[in-house]
Amino acid sequence: MINSLPPGMILIVGALIVPLLRGRSQQAALLLLPTLSALHLVLFLPEGTSIGLELFSYELTPIHIDRLSLVWGYIFHIAAFVSALYALHVKDSVQHVSALVYAGAAIGAVFAGDLITLFVYWELTAVSSVFLIWATRSERSYRAGMRYLIIQVGSGVILLSGILFHLSDPESLRQVSTSTGKPLISLAFDRPFHEFLGATSAGSFLGLNSLGTVLIFIAFGIKAAFPLLHNWLSDAYPEATPTGTVFLSAFTTKLAIYALARGFPGTEILIYIGAAMTAFPIFYAVIENDLRRVLAYSLNNQLGFMVVGVGIGTSLSINGTASHAFAHILYKALLFMSMGAVLYRTGTIKGSELGGLYKSMPWTAGFCIVGAASISAFPLFSGFVTKSLILTAAAQEHHIVVWLVLLFASAGVFHHSGIKIPYFAFFAHDSGKRVKEAPLNMLIAMAIAAALCILIGILPGPLYSILPYQDVVVEHVTIKILDHSVYTTTHVITQLQLLLWSALAFTVLNRWKIGGAAIYPPELPSINLDTDWVYRKPLPATVAWLYRTGVQIRAAVVRVMMAQLNQELSWVQKQCGPSGPLGGSWTTGGMVIWVAILLVAYLFLYYL
Amino acid sequence: MDRIMNSENKYWLDDPRNVNKIVYALYAICALLVGADLVYHKHIHFTYENEAYNFEDWFGFFGFFGFVACVGLVLAARLLRIVLKREEDYYDQ
Repeated sequence: MINSLPPGMILIVGALIVPLLRGRSQQAALLLLPTLSALHLVLFLPEGTSIGLELFSYELTPIHIDRLSLVWGYIFHIAAFVSALYALHVKDSVQHVSALVYAGAAIGAVFAGDLITLFVYWELTAVSSVFLIWATRSERSYRAGMRYLIIQVGSGVILLSGILFHLSDPESLRQVSTSTGKPLISLAFDRPFHEFLGATSAGSFLGLNSLGTVLIFIAFGIKAAFPLLHNWLSDAYPEATPTGTVFLSAFTTKLAIYALARGFPGTEILIYIGAAMTAFPIFYAVIENDLRRVLAYSLNNQLGFMVVGVGIGTSLSINGTASHAFAHILYKALLFMSMGAVLYRTGTIKGSELGGLYKSMPWTAGFCIVGAASISAFPLFSGFVTKSLILTAAAQEHHIVVWLVLLFASAGVFHHSGIKIPYFAFFAHDSGKRVKEAPLNMLIAMAIAAALCILIGILPGPLYSILPYQDVVVEHVTIKILDHSVYTTTHVITQLQLLLWSALAFTVLNRWKIGGAAIYPPELPSINLDTDWVYRKPLPATVAWLYRTGVQIRAAVVRVMMAQLNQELSWVQKQCGPSGPLGGSWTTGGMVIWVAILLVAYLFLYYL
Repeated sequence: MDRIMNSENKYWLDDPRNVNKIVYALYAICALLVGADLVYHKHIHFTYENEAYNFEDWFGFFGFFGFVACVGLVLAARLLRIVLKREEDYYDQ
């Protein structure tokens, strides 16, 4: 029984008990549930487990465990635990329940072996996570949550239509049931993972080869925040509660990256989509004032690196995507935790109102800097040992333009996430805010994440050993991934050059002044238009205009018709009224004459 | 009150001279890192027949690339702000 329980189910079902508990027992449950779920995965569901069930003529695989899904399974559990610890002081059961269900659904989704199961979890992550945004309980967060929910559920609907189109081509899906010998339609995500190693034969994964798979691709793309489909991320995440954003940052988008890695490895267009994703959000990040929104943009930028890795589709690049997702969840959560702590203590997260907080929140500042160094891929921090796999893979496949874009984005992410976030929150000009250090549970959660960021950076071995491909091709030679060292003289020095000269640019632009103002754009109380503008301004305005015009046209039509009707009524009145020829009383003689005339006419017609 | 002011003033970074020290240290490290290019053999990804095109091998390529990228990024973002910046309550209007 216990080894046929889907991963994540402990969290989803356990979440229902949480509102019944209070105080310490509730807190214990919040930490115990992710721990139990992780133990269940590690002890009872070994790699290779695949549990199917037959529903009508379909074969579903609610549990499918291989090396690719395990990477996400492990990191999702770590993220669930650390985020729960970070949110331990929160007295709002709604947030706890939705966070646990959300984490459980994301974990369930990465172990889904078929598209129907994936769809169910896909929608559950959308519906459960929106409460983390609504929990801010403001008009603004309510509206942002609504927009988020519509887009997320929309992604699910597109996924479902993709699945239905995919089903209409059943020949490729038909297979024989292993247990009963009956013919069954399998919606397997792909063949077992080891079969598509190398991923050369068509049909071994979804790929972009029919309308159905294109729709599935778009559904994944919405959740992965592809360029122009990205706005829900930077719109909604910064509106969630300080603790809610930490959960949100971990699961939804990385689930989408997993789904892409599972269904679309080696799909070339992903390389260019990913490269665009790494570059364009950083322009926004530089001028954004809400520091959690800056992080949302850099989250989007980091997803770009992973999408490039999926697009390249070699063993090295898929490893790069998997390991980068692992490291990214930790340092991004760490950065959101530090900004969440600032928001929790000061009540604001606007760069224009913050500064000098290192004096009152030194620990938070320190943890933030560790997160910043990790996302910037400083040597000895986690991003360094994971992102370089993707860059090396891009160079090996001779994608020189993409490689240069990734290099630009690496410098840019250091510039806005590595420097801007800690600088404007904790240093810059002193805002005069004197607050208490973050609560103990927040500090411990940040410490754990920071320790893991450094540990991965110094000792990448354990992370490399769980990656999907243990054999990788580097410079035409097949080697063990564990033997691949990123700490070469060239790599360390070139990376340090890139980063420190970026820091130099920041310093120079901040200190050199034109007309008394620094060249670096100051933090201003403002917002910047993004693609959500389309459906927040012109679209509602157009709908309102159409409605107003419609009302006017209807009024005009009614007016004309009423005038016509009145005219006709007055004619009828004239004809049929008391004085009209039809309405008046006629004499008997007159009637007899008319009858005679009609008879004559009848006779005449008869003889014709 | 005086005591509070004193405790407020004890931070090392409050003194602009110390901030300058950090900035000068950064300049020095940047110079050292670029200088390091002279003393080791760079292992590069992209090689061309004409070795002059091996851009990764150019002296201080990664440093200058990072610097130019960030200056370009900031200048472009400044221009973007002219087009995209709105009041904070823009969407509430």
